[in-house]
Amino acid sequence: MASGTELTPTSYIDHHLTYLTTKVSEGSFWVLHVDTLITSLILGVISFGFIWLVVRKATPGVPSKSQAFVELAVEFIDNEVKNTFHGNRHALVAPLALTVFVWVLMMNVMDILPIDIMAWVTENVFGMHNWKIVPTTDVNTTFAMALSIWFLMIFFNLRVKGVGGWMHELFCTPFGKNPLLWILNLLFNFIEYVSKPLSHSLRLFGNIYAGEIIFLLLGMWAATGVSGTIFGSILGAGWAIFHILIVTLQAFIFMMLTVVYISMAHESH
Amino acid sequence: MNINFTLISQALAFSVFIWFTVKFVWPPLLRAIEERQKTIADGLAAGERGRHELELASQRSSEVLKEAKQRASEIILQAEKRAAEIVEDAKRAAKEEGNRLVAGAKADIAHEMFSAKEALRQHAAQLAVAGAAKILRREVDAKAHADILSAIEEDLK
Repeated sequence: MASGTELTPTSYIDHHLTYLTTKVSEGSFWVLHVDTLITSLILGVISFGFIWLVVRKATPGVPSKSQAFVELAVEFIDNEVKNTFHGNRHALVAPLALTVFVWVLMMNVMDILPIDIMAWVTENVFGMHNWKIVPTTDVNTTFAMALSIWFLMIFFNLRVKGVGGWMHELFCTPFGKNPLLWILNLLFNFIEYVSKPLSHSLRLFGNIYAGEIIFLLLGMWAATGVSGTIFGSILGAGWAIFHILIVTLQAFIFMMLTVVYISMAHESH
Repeated sequence: MNINFTLISQALAFSVFIWFTVKFVWPPLLRAIEERQKTIADGLAAGERGRHELELASQRSSEVLKEAKQRASEIILQAEKRAAEIVEDAKRAAKEEGNRLVAGAKADIAHEMFSAKEALRQHAAQLAVAGAAKILRREVDAKAHADILSAIEEDLK
């Protein structure tokens, strides 16, 4: 926050919600949030690198502690996928679910790190004035994932049912085959296909973003005096503990929705 | 909340991570897990089989034991019978032998008695002849009266 100018609640929150951006090209779209991208990449490389290192030495015999840990996560996810998806889940869906869960969880967990300490570290250690460390509070991240999954959903719809089969489904479900209902069916399906990626991404974004805002508000309270510091710290700790549940739950929900959407694309009505 | 190029870069990063997991993370781990599951299942099956075999073996052993006990008691019974027979035979043989010995002894005794009587008769006859000869000194000629003497001897028998 060492911004030199006078610190007001607005500037404090503004500062924490400002991305480190770089212009890729002309136009308002061609802007890159460097902090979001780099943080998410680092987290992905660390977590998948760790899993890969463990898996590379995986033995069918007695597993090491790290292998047992990875297997615990993998078997948990595999179980969830098995209950929802009926098909060859090992080809894509189960590893996809693992990727989604691990990556989203890691990005969400960044929210629990004390926000001002992390801002101090990124500013004074890495020299970055604006650095948002929670990639899932960037709607681009959640939207990118939800859209990728949406395209996978379309792809599987086409591959499993064929163009004709999918068209049939778009026009004849959920209300019936009657030609009078075709428009209604199509409209209904259109809304469904639009709302899926929106609800998928905004749910995650909203939860984590709101969590971060609450941390910011508590941080502001802590700046108002001794009692504010005490209550702000206590509430901040409580919210962080509660947030452990939220970030895990949101990662799990995001993963389950991914699996459900892709299963729905595999199953015809 | 503005959509920008970050969306595309994050989608790319996401795709790379998915590809990496599908390609390098999932298969080896799944293989290890499945192999272990198979090992465990085999182990459990082997244990179950072992338990079953143990049951069968103990059943068989108890049968064998029972049979052996039965055989043993039969053998003992036979042996006792045989022993009784042998004792019986021995008793009978001993009795026979005893009887035979007694009979032999009796025969010997009879024989001895007979020869003793014979000798006694001989002596008595001679004595009688000697007495008669002494009495009849002259008239009796042993040779002339041998027939009489032998007749007497015959009577004494």
